[in-house]
Amino acid sequence: MIFTLLFLAAVAVIAGIWLFRQGLTSKPWLESAAPAMASAPPVPAARMGLRVFITVATGFLVLLVSAYSIRMEMADWRPPPQPGLLWVNTGVLIVSSLALQWARSAAGRGDIQAVQDGLVFGGTSAIVFLLGQLMAWREMANAGYLLTSNPANAFFYIITAAHALHVLGGLVALARAGMWLRRGAAIGRLRLSVDLCTTYWHFLLVAWLVLFSLLAFAPSFSWLYAICTAPFR
Amino acid sequence: MSSAAPGVQEVIPASDVAEAELYHPHSWLTKYVFSQDAKIIGIQYTVTALAIGTVALVLSWLMRVQLGFPGVLSFIDPATYYQFITMHGMIMVVYLLTAVLLGGFGNYLIPLMLGARDMVFPYANMLSYWTYLLAVVVLVASFFAPGGPTGAGWTLYPPQAILSGTPGQDWGIILMLVSLMLFIIGFTMGGLNYVVTVLQARTRGMTLMRMPLTVWGIFTATVMALLAFPALFVGAVMMLFDRLLGTSFFMPALVELGQLREHGGGSPILWQHLFWFFGHPEVYIVALPAFGIVSDLISVHARRNIFGYRMMVWAIVAIGALSFVVWAHHMYVSGMHPYFGFFFATTTLIIAIPTAIKVYNWLLTLWRGDIHLTVPMLFALGFIVTFVNGGLTGLFLGNVVVDVPLSDTLFVVAHFHMVMGVAPILVIFGGIYHWYPKVTGRMLNEGMGRIHFWVTFLGAYAIFFPMHYLGLLGVPRRYHDLGEMAFVPPSTATLNAFISLVAFVVGFAQIVFLFNLFWSLRRGREAGSNPWNATTLEWQTPETPPGHGNWGKELPVVYRWAYDYSVPGAARDYVPQNEPMPAPTRAATGQAT
Ligand code: HEM
Ligand SMILES: [Cu+2]
Repeated sequence: MIFTLLFLAAVAVIAGIWLFRQGLTSKPWLESAAPAMASAPPVPAARMGLRVFITVATGFLVLLVSAYSIRMEMADWRPPPQPGLLWVNTGVLIVSSLALQWARSAAGRGDIQAVQDGLVFGGTSAIVFLLGQLMAWREMANAGYLLTSNPANAFFYIITAAHALHVLGGLVALARAGMWLRRGAAIGRLRLSVDLCTTYWHFLLVAWLVLFSLLAFAPSFSWLYAICTAPFR
Repeated sequence: MSSAAPGVQEVIPASDVAEAELYHPHSWLTKYVFSQDAKIIGIQYTVTALAIGTVALVLSWLMRVQLGFPGVLSFIDPATYYQFITMHGMIMVVYLLTAVLLGGFGNYLIPLMLGARDMVFPYANMLSYWTYLLAVVVLVASFFAPGGPTGAGWTLYPPQAILSGTPGQDWGIILMLVSLMLFIIGFTMGGLNYVVTVLQARTRGMTLMRMPLTVWGIFTATVMALLAFPALFVGAVMMLFDRLLGTSFFMPALVELGQLREHGGGSPILWQHLFWFFGHPEVYIVALPAFGIVSDLISVHARRNIFGYRMMVWAIVAIGALSFVVWAHHMYVSGMHPYFGFFFATTTLIIAIPTAIKVYNWLLTLWRGDIHLTVPMLFALGFIVTFVNGGLTGLFLGNVVVDVPLSDTLFVVAHFHMVMGVAPILVIFGGIYHWYPKVTGRMLNEGMGRIHFWVTFLGAYAIFFPMHYLGLLGVPRRYHDLGEMAFVPPSTATLNAFISLVAFVVGFAQIVFLFNLFWSLRRGREAGSNPWNATTLEWQTPETPPGHGNWGKELPVVYRWAYDYSVPGAARDYVPQNEPMPAPTRAATGQAT
């Protein structure tokens, strides 16, 4: 649970700093000033919502990682070789993220055509990524690394599936952004929508990079893990 | 997530949405059934939760029949008894308490208390309720599935949870896990709403430190739940894999009915970590909203500002943070490194400090207050006594040496019923008596309320106080019957029978309450908009019950904190939050209303 605790500590620090800035030390019973709060909150509600959601999703993935690291220590752990295809898929996901980044800046300029290209390209490459993941599963299964044959395999399937589901959810959001675009929504509306998708895509990419390196290289980090947990043995 | 965000509002700050731009329901169906109005959703959550809670109450009766008068009801065999225990515990903790306090009170009160028109993502909010309802339906379905509901205990410990011999092994456990996953998905959609609404949709002048403690409690608890529930989700997914697909996340190699199972090498302790990483914060997810509500009830009904508001807020936040580093105190008997035991015992005891601060502040608020013993106040006072009581036994159990012998005895059952069973339920009742007039426009009947309170409060003590004693005698928990136990004196049977009789009486008192809810809907005294003379915004709405969009044309503007009661020199003994500062200030700033 070390990873989960580290994650929580990070959340606590950020929340703590934020709370402090919000005047947690003020004395409301002495205040007699008329309301001084700015009328517009600094970020739109949807963006704040996305931030909170990303935090929750990160927590979920970190818990998976924690479970992985605990289970890894048992005697029967035999990590499967990772299909080389995963490297290709990683590349595709990076491309997807870049395409959305491009769409985001196009939206900033107001270049609708470029936004559309970016969205389509980003969405397609995300779908390619998902198909690639499916093929990687097939490859694993054909090579005899089945879900039940070892917990390390099971974690491989569960972690990749959890990530893929988040990508799927993102595709739904992306489709909605495409819909706004088709309907010729106001540029402000479109900008926000594309912006949120892009942020989420970057989150998906970072999450994948972390999970992938964990799946592929965790055994090589075992010495580090051993040092960290040594005091408790 | 962005897909959940509603259409147009984003660019306009939610607090400035004009009434005309809100989503408007067009038919009876979208207004009252598939409603996106947080008030309706709150009522839906509360009613559903009370309904399923009644099932859990009936189950507790059946268990008490068996414990008090073993064998009287012949259909309660050991397997059935386990199923009853499991469903009773799970329903009470998750589907009743969590749902009412966050889904019910949270939805109804957050927008109103903050001066918002609604939650920021109304559509996701509606989905949240319907997913919750689906979770409840799946849970109830397990009663009718072949083999019945799971009997694994509410902690669902593997390996026994999915082995034959545990009732509900075929369908019960699957439906339970699926239902929990649905609950968590539904809650997450609601929880995002509560958090972002607090962050973004406060009306002008409503700084964080002017929020009523009820909102602070619900807000902090929601943040905790958003971080803790995923642990249960991960655990549930993995257990579902173990059960359905034969993986070995939690399942060690074992021989079942003479046959070696396909599992091997899994770690049951891993489940315990995941479960309690959710399970302990869950105690505070239930307790923090209760703390907040009680603070407000006491302040209103003692006509006194809350003592140490800042410290109350800090204590809520501190408790929320600390409760994430104590989970392993539920695992002392599972064995652990002594340093771990020491660490978790220490953190557990440290939580007592902010908690004690809260209790002192409540007492100091009451001190020389103008106490009105209204029904909500009675329940709030009942909560304080009960919570202190359960908290004290918790201090005992937090110590490894005390916990090990008492673990799995009725002492533990008595402890957690006091602290997280009875105490939050008393607050829920108090809250319902307090806010019912706002929800319906009518007061709940006072006489029935008093009967309900005294029978429930004294009855709960009569049930759970002697149970501590049974636990000290060594009477084990989760036992269908005691059989031949040399160390248990025969008098325990008498005591058990007594406890059961009281439990039936207490149960019937709840029927009085349910009846009151319906009866007062039509016959209750007209409440007016602010029957308790309270300061917080929900009592200042132009209509009662508040209309769609809550505030009519203009949002309220907040000038002061939520606790200006009995202010010296003020005309009335309370000053609403949206009342501009007194005359000299007003003259200086011009008319501000
Ligand atoms: C009328 C009130 C209640 C009565 C008479 C009652 C009675 C019982 C009984 C007899 C047991 C089983 C004890 C055993 O054999 O181990 C039990 C277990 C339990 N109860 Fe209650 N209960 C009540 C209310 C509540 C409430 C409000 C909660 C909410 C937190 C709650 C949560 C639990 C839990 C978590 C368990 C443990 C289940 C397990 O061992 O898996 N109960 N209760
Ligand atoms: Cu605990």
